[in-house]
Amino acid sequence: MTKARRGKAASSDGCFAPPAALALQAGPAASRSVIPLNPFFTRAPYAPLAMDELLQEFIAETRETLQALAGEIVAWEADPADRARLDAIFRFVHTVKGSCGFLDLPRLERLSHAAEDALGAVRDGSRTPHTGLVNAVLAVVDRIGELTEMIDAGQPLDGSDDLLIAALAEDATPGSVAPMVDPTSQTAPTSGAARANSRSVRLHVDLLDRMMSGMSDMVLARNELARTLRSGTHDPRTEAALERLSATVADMRDAVTRTRMQKVEALFSAVPRMVRDTAAELGKTVTLTVDGADVELDREMIELIRDPLVHIIRNSVDHGIETPAERRAARKREAGQLLVSARQSGNQIVIEVTDDGRGIDVARLGAKAVAAGLRGEAELAGMSDTQRLQLIFEPGLSSRDTVTATSGRGVGMDVVRTNIEQLGGRVQLLNRPGRGLTIAIYVPLTLSILSTIVVGVGAERFALPRQAVEEIVTTTSVGVRLDQVGDATLATVRGRRLPLISLADLLRVPGGAAGALAIIATRDGDYALAVDSVLDTEELVVKPAAPAVMATGFYAGQTLPDSGRPMLLLDGAGLALAAGVRFGRALLREEHEADQAEPGMTALLFEGLDGRRRLMALAAIDRVETVGRDAVRFSGGRLRLAIDGRIIPLVAAGDAGDTPRMIVLRVSDGVTEVAYAIADPLEIVTLPPELAQGDRDEVAGVALLNGEQVELLDAHALLAAAGAGTVERPLCLLAGDGSGWMETFLKPTLEGAGYRCVSRLAAGETPSVTLALDDGPETSPDAVKLTRDQGGPHGIYRYDRAALLAAVASRVARGGR
Amino acid sequence: MMELFLIAHVAGRAIAIDGAQVDSVVDLGEVVPVPGAERAVRGLAALRSRVVTVIDTGVALGKSPMPADARRAVITRIDGHHYALLVDALEDVAPFVRQPVEGGIALTGGWAEAAVGLVEREGEPVLALDLARLVPGVTTSEILAA
Repeated sequence: MTKARRGKAASSDGCFAPPAALALQAGPAASRSVIPLNPFFTRAPYAPLAMDELLQEFIAETRETLQALAGEIVAWEADPADRARLDAIFRFVHTVKGSCGFLDLPRLERLSHAAEDALGAVRDGSRTPHTGLVNAVLAVVDRIGELTEMIDAGQPLDGSDDLLIAALAEDATPGSVAPMVDPTSQTAPTSGAARANSRSVRLHVDLLDRMMSGMSDMVLARNELARTLRSGTHDPRTEAALERLSATVADMRDAVTRTRMQKVEALFSAVPRMVRDTAAELGKTVTLTVDGADVELDREMIELIRDPLVHIIRNSVDHGIETPAERRAARKREAGQLLVSARQSGNQIVIEVTDDGRGIDVARLGAKAVAAGLRGEAELAGMSDTQRLQLIFEPGLSSRDTVTATSGRGVGMDVVRTNIEQLGGRVQLLNRPGRGLTIAIYVPLTLSILSTIVVGVGAERFALPRQAVEEIVTTTSVGVRLDQVGDATLATVRGRRLPLISLADLLRVPGGAAGALAIIATRDGDYALAVDSVLDTEELVVKPAAPAVMATGFYAGQTLPDSGRPMLLLDGAGLALAAGVRFGRALLREEHEADQAEPGMTALLFEGLDGRRRLMALAAIDRVETVGRDAVRFSGGRLRLAIDGRIIPLVAAGDAGDTPRMIVLRVSDGVTEVAYAIADPLEIVTLPPELAQGDRDEVAGVALLNGEQVELLDAHALLAAAGAGTVERPLCLLAGDGSGWMETFLKPTLEGAGYRCVSRLAAGETPSVTLALDDGPETSPDAVKLTRDQGGPHGIYRYDRAALLAAVASRVARGGR
Repeated sequence: MMELFLIAHVAGRAIAIDGAQVDSVVDLGEVVPVPGAERAVRGLAALRSRVVTVIDTGVALGKSPMPADARRAVITRIDGHHYALLVDALEDVAPFVRQPVEGGIALTGGWAEAAVGLVEREGEPVLALDLARLVPGVTTSEILAA
């Protein structure tokens, strides 16, 4: 029986394992005569695939689909009428069912068949989806995942699925459990068609590694060939052939390198489901925003970040975000805001998890460290708040008093930090007590191609990541001078003073005369790195170096350039740290400190557009930025600033004049952001403890600074006034009739009013409000219905702007779904 | 049980290396120094298209450094990184029975840390070393996990 069915499945393409198996078979068999077989390679690569390899394929594919599906499920739950989501989930259980019959996995087959039946009934309209059914389907999907993992681990399959299957039944009684499936009816055209379109193959990372290393060998061989040819005859035909070979090799190398990259989406797709489950378990409401899912990262890196990220997000939902009641009491929105984002910053990828919860109570953390015996009272007293915050990374310390089912069970931030540091990354905290916490994971872009500048010191060569190098100047050029100040050296480049680090001295390499300065930008500040010479720029594949090499703190990785001589990649920030260079504190750091400053609040003194001097609490300022005037528009009834790909409200108290650039303070609580235009930032001051009360909304108080009365602006009022223009714009789903009227006429109006409009939801998105035409296709019952004619009975006339906007606003306000 | 061991010479002694730890045996090309790294790290070398970290086995054992022109090395892979451990000379690969290090042998320093057993070659006892314990920066917990 097995034999016959296997033949059928392989030819019909209805089951997903055989196509992959065929592809794997075809490759090595075709090139059998060219590739010499490695004697240690015991299994002939073109041998027919055994059953357990098909099983491995099945497990891998199921795992992958489940990951991709996580977002779909949540979206479907939010809107059970969403046909696309329903279809995706249906396809999954259907495919699982098909493969199970073939692989003889009765447990999985029974589960997937039951789910398929239930979903099929929803699809043909004989059942309506409700919460009970959604939960039952989710439970089955989870169970399929669990069983798959058990099969993979070779564990016995425990537990019973009867309850899960019973929950799927329409009348939810155990008697109506679906009968066993007839194996001949397993291949349906839907899944076959969907799979045939896919042109992807799953490869083992080892194979990619071999390709990569073969590629490097090829480059080295090409270089050697080029050297040999150049020393001999100059036959133009040979030269041309070599040129062509070089170009092809370069192209190939690019392509091979790209095979290792994957979008962070692979990491983020599971986040919506996880947040939903965690929040539901704790009785909290969380609004999740995911940003930057298309940033690319090395595949392996993605796998390694997965666990730490899950831990951090769970922590944020569990420890950070308060219960709805607590949030009401703290005058926050009832739904906690959680922002998960990824971006590339120089040669690093930054993944940030920001919540607007309670932040970390540093004093309490310190007290707990003392209670746990990790620190002495006296020791604690001598620590700065920043150092105390770092206690969160101590093993055996949790900021929470009670252990919950979600987190706080021993595996803590110490493990997260250790894991990230093992990748050559770091974890940074930005604590806003009472207002939230941002945890940023920085991981290097290792294993990817890096654009570098090669510098020479003595006989040694090192690579510098190009993004870190601001500019290169020769020491002899005009406008560059070096001065000895005490035992330090200071470089002055066109009037700008920079600390100077001599690479030769720091690395204790016998160097020549410093011939060039590379101005290195780090997060904390810039410095000048003196090197003998700047040799070349090169695109390099950087790999992590051995722990003993990384332990020096000087290097970010190692690489094998085309010369065939290994080279180390310097770590700009690490060099500064090792050389003991101290930078003036960046504003961001100040914010951090200011939150906890004891004697008085620190604030930024600036000159307003009207020429008056004012103050803004430093803690509220995210950044001071110079922006082009062309980024500012008066649109949708207020001034708005386009920055970092977003639109934020801009407050301008006075006339900004006609200058092409203006300076703005970016005021943010981590979720909502407002820009405040100023004329000139002056200095950072510590406010006296006593402030005279202000009697206008935008003034929090009046401080006496050197005899001058200066108004302190109320950042809270600024943010409150920003209203609808928050960073996270509510999502409007335009469920139009396909005529495009909504997109053409409605979308600009709504976007101007601060909403984000889509005609189709992306994975994991939940609309705050749905708009539909009353005679259009059926949508969610809570949709705002628009009528074509004035005075229609059900809904709002589609050109009644005021009523329309009011209806949308009220739906959003009550978190309408 | 007989296991395969590679017999090599380091710091004037014969040592036995578990065959499972040996990736290959090579003569290295140029070794590029790693400024700032501890003394046991001789530098980096290219092995075909791969970069290996070269370990001065003499220093790692707490003895005097190997000669500057030492090039013969045993390649091993620990925790995803490739290392080349320099050796003075290599003999053969042969099966031996691994015996525990007897209490009566007073090993000190690097020898004590790296020794994982004894093998007997034609009546001569040879210390079996764990290469992972000679590589700086690899912690004991990682060794246990591996």
